[in-house]
Amino acid sequence: MEDLLREYLPILIFIGIAVVVSAVAVGASYIVAPQHPDVEKDSAYECGFEAFDDARSRFEVRYYLVAILFIIFDLEIAFLFPWAVSLGATGEFAFWSMMVFLGVLTIGFIYEWRKGALEWE
Amino acid sequence: MTELWEGYIWPGAIIIAQILAIVLPILVAVAYLTYAERKVIGAMQLRRGPNVVGPFGLLQPLADGAKLFLKETVIPTGASRAVFVLAPMLTFILALIGWAVIPFNEGWVLADINVGVLYLFAVSSLGVYGIIMAGWGSNSKYAFLGGMRSSAQMVSYEVSIGLIIISVLLTAGTLNLSAIVEAQREGLWYFIPHFPMFILFFISALAETNRHPFDLPEAEAELVSGYNVEYSSMTFALFFLGEYANMILMSGMVTILFLGGWLAPFEVAPFTWVPGVVWFALKVALCLFVFIWARAAFPRYRYDQLMRLGWKVFLPFSGIWVVLTAGFLLFTDQLPK
Repeated sequence: MEDLLREYLPILIFIGIAVVVSAVAVGASYIVAPQHPDVEKDSAYECGFEAFDDARSRFEVRYYLVAILFIIFDLEIAFLFPWAVSLGATGEFAFWSMMVFLGVLTIGFIYEWRKGALEWE
Repeated sequence: MTELWEGYIWPGAIIIAQILAIVLPILVAVAYLTYAERKVIGAMQLRRGPNVVGPFGLLQPLADGAKLFLKETVIPTGASRAVFVLAPMLTFILALIGWAVIPFNEGWVLADINVGVLYLFAVSSLGVYGIIMAGWGSNSKYAFLGGMRSSAQMVSYEVSIGLIIISVLLTAGTLNLSAIVEAQREGLWYFIPHFPMFILFFISALAETNRHPFDLPEAEAELVSGYNVEYSSMTFALFFLGEYANMILMSGMVTILFLGGWLAPFEVAPFTWVPGVVWFALKVALCLFVFIWARAAFPRYRYDQLMRLGWKVFLPFSGIWVVLTAGFLLFTDQLPK
């Protein structure tokens, strides 16, 4: 516990300093610079048009699909990290079990590909 | 009293001094990276680049910074104020804290944690949040579309970056960044055995930092400026600084994973006289030059091409390379024990 704390404490302090630096930068600029808000200036930029409606409308479902695919593959990678580091100690058995896992994942990947989940038009 | 002094305050002060010794050079490096970018691109396009403010225009980044600082902070009426202001701060914080685990020289590292690679990977994954918060919080159509594009692009290339890192980990057998550099001392630097992955990693780094030729979120012609279109003053400056600090961080990762970190190219007399940190800085500068060069040389990708490249080329290729590396190292009995 003590060692863990000693290793990670600098990171925690670093995060604290980064937060302070960014907050001070934004805050000081807000105080120092003249602020003259008006309706036109504070409206959303739309190339000179008035915005007709809220910008948070429906969006292309593919973005959602990409997010799901990302979760699957990122989890796979998180799974590969310990495997990669310890392969020297765990040897052939670990290698083949990971090949089975990657094989299953590859089948899923081929399915997505054939279904057109990776197409953007 | 002495216990309090020796046990907490003194070590704390040392850590803070070390952090400042990392943060300040990085901020200066970011400022002069923008200068270098304008000068290099200027030279490539037979222009002069900035040359008015100070000798050779050297004070230009400071003038730009002061100007941004003294501008009005515009927060659009429709925006979610807290999210809108927090987004650039988050981007900037994440671009800074990655440096906590980067070894600049033998032993010159703030937190020499065992899972350095995982930490970097996690911090760079979190970078998406700053952008998606900016896109959502601005409540502007351009910002929203730019934020969507940008986050989809970043997560797509995150996957191939992860797989490429796995290949390096298999060869090095450790997640500690200093140990990865040391592992390259005995053998070849990893850009030789993993040459295709080195190229892929670099291209993914371009996409991950939203740089040319993958700067689609910015795509001036269609999205004005992407997710940061509503930002002004220091909130914009923090996005800008964060983006450039991320470029330097990515170059640092390329240097550590593939180019032997602080190691001298040859372990003979004139090369070993140069301190390791200078080699590290030179390698990072070389990577940054290629970043800028790519901007001057290539036209922008189309979005469907970008996604195809990420999912249909980089992902399968880097996956196959992981299997090949693991199989080769295992069956020739070269895995690090």
